[in-house]
Amino acid sequence: MRRVLILGAGTAGTMLANRLADQLDRSWSITIVDRDDDHHYQPGYLFIPFGTATAKQITKPRSSFLPPRVAFVRSGISRVRPDDNEVDLDDGRILGYDWLLIATGTVPRPDLTPGMGDGSLWYRKVFDFYTMAGALALQDVLAGFRGGRLLVHITEMPIKCPVAPLEFAFLADDHFRRRGLRHKVDITFVTPLDGAFTKPIAARELGNLLEDRSIRLATDFAVERVDNEHSTLIAYDGRELPFDLLVTVPLNTGQQYVFESGIGDESGFVQVDKQTLRSTRYDNIFAFGDATDLPTSKAGAVAHFAVELFGDNFQAAIAGRPLPNAFDGHANCFIESGRGEALLLDFNYDTEPLTGRYPLPLVGPMRLLGRSRINHWGKLLFEKLYWQVLMRGRSLPVPTLMSMAGKDQED
Amino acid sequence: MPTNTVKGHTFEVNDEGFFINRDQWSEELAVELAALIDVELDEAHWAPIRFMRQDSARTGVTPTLRRLQTVGGFDVKELYRLYPGKPVKKMAWLAGLPKPVGCV
Ligand SMILES: Cc1cc2nc3c(=O)[nH]c(=O)nc-3n(C[C@H](O)[C@H](O)[C@H](O)COP(=O)(O)OP(=O)(O)OC[C@H]3O[C@@H](n4cnc5c(N)ncnc54)[C@H](O)[C@@H]3O)c2cc1C
Repeated sequence: MRRVLILGAGTAGTMLANRLADQLDRSWSITIVDRDDDHHYQPGYLFIPFGTATAKQITKPRSSFLPPRVAFVRSGISRVRPDDNEVDLDDGRILGYDWLLIATGTVPRPDLTPGMGDGSLWYRKVFDFYTMAGALALQDVLAGFRGGRLLVHITEMPIKCPVAPLEFAFLADDHFRRRGLRHKVDITFVTPLDGAFTKPIAARELGNLLEDRSIRLATDFAVERVDNEHSTLIAYDGRELPFDLLVTVPLNTGQQYVFESGIGDESGFVQVDKQTLRSTRYDNIFAFGDATDLPTSKAGAVAHFAVELFGDNFQAAIAGRPLPNAFDGHANCFIESGRGEALLLDFNYDTEPLTGRYPLPLVGPMRLLGRSRINHWGKLLFEKLYWQVLMRGRSLPVPTLMSMAGKDQED
Repeated sequence: MPTNTVKGHTFEVNDEGFFINRDQWSEELAVELAALIDVELDEAHWAPIRFMRQDSARTGVTPTLRRLQTVGGFDVKELYRLYPGKPVKKMAWLAGLPKPVGCV
């Protein structure tokens, strides 16, 4: 028996398990490990604080998306020992492998910013929404919030779904407007970047939208600590932003076991070749999704496009041949902009998000970087696609590598 | 591609003025560039710049503030004292490297 071991049964791990179950013959065993059986549709975390999604709606059992021939092991992972081809689990078991596929994602670490996770205001005035617990706690707080200073804050890049904090700001604007309280709430978007987004054209379009919605923008903000006594966010350059409610995206790192296994960089992300996703240190290890150090967005769509290209590469790797497919960093994501509308971004390693239409030139139907209701429905439809298409190991009806068709080129 | 010329040295830059080709950089050029932003390079200023040159030669990307802290062992407050305002951007520019983006 040849053994494939998948670590993490989230977005990428579940897609891999389904693909490999179809692709590999019965001389292979496929095992997948995760610490629990609750698969969260994470884009739904954005809607829970505003009461437009519930925990129940966005949670399904991981096991129901895994094919029968895949063995599901429920335990935490404590260490990979790549020189022995073995993985140690928290429950004491040891799993051996011939091929290891790492898909354990990234984790918010509020404990790494002084005064954040360890402060007295944590989950009283300071919240994250990148976890189910944080999103649920925020729902109560937002419902009771009647005015004051709201900071929507990114601690440091990279974070998964880098546009989610912007979406949170737009949805908060909408939320308070509908409650007739908008004039009493001062919203500031606080970012370590020098604009609303990293890439220039998107930064310009999104920056304009923030201005339209009277959301202030504080850029180049490298946070030093949260001052719990004075409810203030303090930057290294001395700037101080007082708040009544701080919604932050804490530093995102790879999982603790990655640090401890010596297979990642200083932020715990597994170092991989950016075209093949093969570990730069171990030929029989690949990594997918948020767990990697790929220089593109950490997003479900990226994980999907990379998994699509892996099948052929894996066959070649098994046969000891060069890997045929090269990933281009293709990412796309919808950005909820409030008021029932959304924007769509489509980009890769080399091409920044441009305006235009997607997936077909001129007709679209979706507008790139412009707001529309269709995009908003696209975002809602994505949840259905996620469970029914992606998590079953099927393909999305859009190109895997990025296409320039329909994009307006500026110079 | 736009170019910039300082004291007879010409180098290619992007539209924000960052170097495109790290090989067009030299220590003498860094000294001239530093003068333009009112920084006089002493040993304390050089240490993070040298680290950034060496580290990026290996990794292919400009190190972030966090990497300067965790891998380089630099004190962030001290970096802000040496290069007030936007230390990583200033240092990347002086080191002839692309602007650090920490990705999308
Ligand atoms: C608020 C929010 C909004 C988002 N919106 C979008 C969007 O609109 N579009 C989009 O494409 N993406 C979006 N994303 C990002 C998307 O959810 C992630 O990029 C995607 O889930 C990454 O998949 P993954 O498999 O790499 O990691 P995950 O799906 O996070 O899976 C990792 C798995 O590993 C398990 N694991 C980790 N460590 C251990 C351990 N030590 N032991 C055992 N198990 C472990 C975890 O339990 C988890 O199940 C959003 C994310 C958030 C938080």
